[in-house]
Amino acid sequence: MATTSADTPIAVRVEYFAVLREHVGRAREDLRTTAATVGELWAELDRRYAFPALGRVKVAVNDEFRDWSAPVRDGDFVVFIPPVAGG
Amino acid sequence: MSRFEFSREPFTPERHRARVADPVAGGYASFEGWVRNHNDGRGVLRLEYEGYEALGIKEGERIVAEAFERFPIAQAHCVHRLGVLEVGDLAVWVAVTAAHRDAAFAACRYIIDEVKNRVPIWKKEHYAEGDSGWINCEVRSADAPAGSAPR
Repeated sequence: MATTSADTPIAVRVEYFAVLREHVGRAREDLRTTAATVGELWAELDRRYAFPALGRVKVAVNDEFRDWSAPVRDGDFVVFIPPVAGG
Repeated sequence: MSRFEFSREPFTPERHRARVADPVAGGYASFEGWVRNHNDGRGVLRLEYEGYEALGIKEGERIVAEAFERFPIAQAHCVHRLGVLEVGDLAVWVAVTAAHRDAAFAACRYIIDEVKNRVPIWKKEHYAEGDSGWINCEVRSADAPAGSAPR
């Protein structure tokens, strides 16, 4: 039986900033995932790292803001964005 | 060149002032955000700004473009510091020129408000008691070695 695309791991790079970087203990990692969306990728990493409660987190794929339902594809660069505090 | 930029080094508004010069301008409005020595009832010694620069520049430029759509302005520019800042340091600078002052003030206010809300920049405050915390992230912990083992 042919494997579906959802079962085939893809390679993604995840970068962490600020509170997430300190929590995970590194600024970036390359990983393989079967997550179909960035929301599923967040859930997978949350199971691994038990992220702190952060309020509203946003997500960017390849340096653009995306919805949590956005697909994650092989080679994507994903950044989870904790609540910002510029100015 | 983007009308929003990050600076890892201290800068003066004078250095960037020419970016908003325009012969049609009759008014110049600017905002400077400074590092203050307190927040939320606690003494602040210094702070750190961390930025997701690739997306931050795009979002900052979008904000400035929105200001041009909303207000009749001539030029606008914003510079945000990254790195370690001491009390009194310049953290962010917004400048707008316009034919008339109302638009310059309004656009300046729009840009700084949106930058604070939308640009991926994070601020870590270091307190007089020796601990630190990421603002808006509801996490405050003693300065521990980074990389403590995840659960």
